Amino acid sequence: MKTAWERVEIAREAERPKALDYIENIFDEFMELHGDRNYGDDKAIVGGIALLGNIPVTVIGEQKGKSAKENIERNFGMPEPEGYRKALRLMEQAEKFNRPIITFIDTPGAYPGVGAEERSQGEAIAKSIMEMAGLKVPIICVVIGEGSSGGALAIGVGDRIVMLENAIYSILSPEGFASILYKDSTKAKEAAENMKITAEDLQKLGIADHIIKENDDFEKITQSLKRYIIKNLKELQKLSKDELLVKRYEKYRKIY
Amino acid sequence: MVINKVRKINHKESQTRKNEAASDKMIGKWVKCEACKEILYKEDVHENLSVCPVCGKHFRLSSRRRIAQIADENTFKEIASEILTKDPLKFKGYLEKVNALREKTNLQEAVTCGTCKIEGEKCVLAVMDGNFLMGSMGSAVGERITIAIETAIEKRLPIIIFCVSGGARMQEGIISLMQMAKTSAAIKRLQDAGLLYISVLTDPTTGGVTASFASLGDIILAEPDALIGFAGPRVIEQTIKQQLPEGFQKSEFLLEHGFIDKIVERKDMKHTLGKLLKYHK
Repeated sequence: MKTAWERVEIAREAERPKALDYIENIFDEFMELHGDRNYGDDKAIVGGIALLGNIPVTVIGEQKGKSAKENIERNFGMPEPEGYRKALRLMEQAEKFNRPIITFIDTPGAYPGVGAEERSQGEAIAKSIMEMAGLKVPIICVVIGEGSSGGALAIGVGDRIVMLENAIYSILSPEGFASILYKDSTKAKEAAENMKITAEDLQKLGIADHIIKENDDFEKITQSLKRYIIKNLKELQKLSKDELLVKRYEKYRKIY
Repeated sequence: MVINKVRKINHKESQTRKNEAASDKMIGKWVKCEACKEILYKEDVHENLSVCPVCGKHFRLSSRRRIAQIADENTFKEIASEILTKDPLKFKGYLEKVNALREKTNLQEAVTCGTCKIEGEKCVLAVMDGNFLMGSMGSAVGERITIAIETAIEKRLPIIIFCVSGGARMQEGIISLMQMAKTSAAIKRLQDAGLLYISVLTDPTTGGVTASFASLGDIILAEPDALIGFAGPRVIEQTIKQQLPEGFQKSEFLLEHGFIDKIVERKDMKHTLGKLLKYHK
């Protein structure tokens, strides 16, 4: 049994598979689409159309790099407002063409920068959260690594929340939590244990619906995730659009 | 000399009007304006709606006084007051802190919701309070705000939310984060029902509240010179390793960048809201 802090370290490992690795392994084809039609194309978020078997789905992912060079290009997986606006544009497109949506969450948080504030990171996240609550297509959200703060939730409102066994999902990083509540960022380890951030914690709290077991065989992990996605999309597609939205609303409504 | 006198008065006053002082950041009979440094007579500031009569600085306001300034007399009926703080992480010292704050501020949580009339127009009003754990949103705040939104939908009323918040409440962890989704989903239903939502941003509105219902108003108003943003200025400075420019993340900055509709001084707030409610009748 790993400690929460050990999982934090695993979730952040540079060589851990990233969103595009999952996308490549789960889907038969993937065509990436770019830009928010307003300001730019944020490389910390990837999105596009993929084929699940022969069903077109819309895929969104927060993309970290594996090397320093890749991480600079991907801004360490910290999206700017245009990243969230691109994601929302693609998700609204999915609704128009009746495609289910699969999101892959892996971010240390939304980028805290001058430009991000000038273009309102807050509004971009808020809008995405609100609209996801009302999209009339099934949404499955998968936390694959680090799900940190509003930057994760911005693409995390759906009908099913799945977590990889070693993924974490938290209000902010254990370092940030420790620095605010313990006034000491070196107490991150202690914070991690108290924050309830592991997949198991989230399942107990009624937020994560399912945990995907991890092992050394990435192929096996993605196949297990693929089976889960197919099975649950089938279930969700049986619901009328109204039922789908009522159930999604209830899922969040009961969290108190 | 003067300072000593002020201190003495402060001490005596603070015993008798502890709650008032705690909620309004007013110390004794005198208060120093944090902006222009002028020493002001408390009565003058109070009568001026807690705005500095010299420089116009808008001091932070308790929810109780905010409601008194905005709602027509004797029309505010509180709802959701039975919704109280929960402790999902069993976080050490959290409930003790909340209990101490209840005593000190005479508030049960960081938001007070109800129905009222503003210039004769009926609406739902939710007012956050920065004196209660920096107006942070935990499960109780999220639940109260969601109930307020659902009440607006049920009674087909417009809703006004006065925001002041440091963001999601750390002590309740992921449950606090999920309140962003819960409240925003409720706002989505309100929008679909065709009802008016006015969000009023006051100093400070940051973090998870900015990244949820605060930014989702049909009309977004702000008080002058309020700090409004997602990331806190210190976090940004640490990230970019540069000092931020003067006025960054202030109401005027957001107006310039197109993210709020209008800056409204406190003396004009009630009438502005009254007019907006009438426009949408």
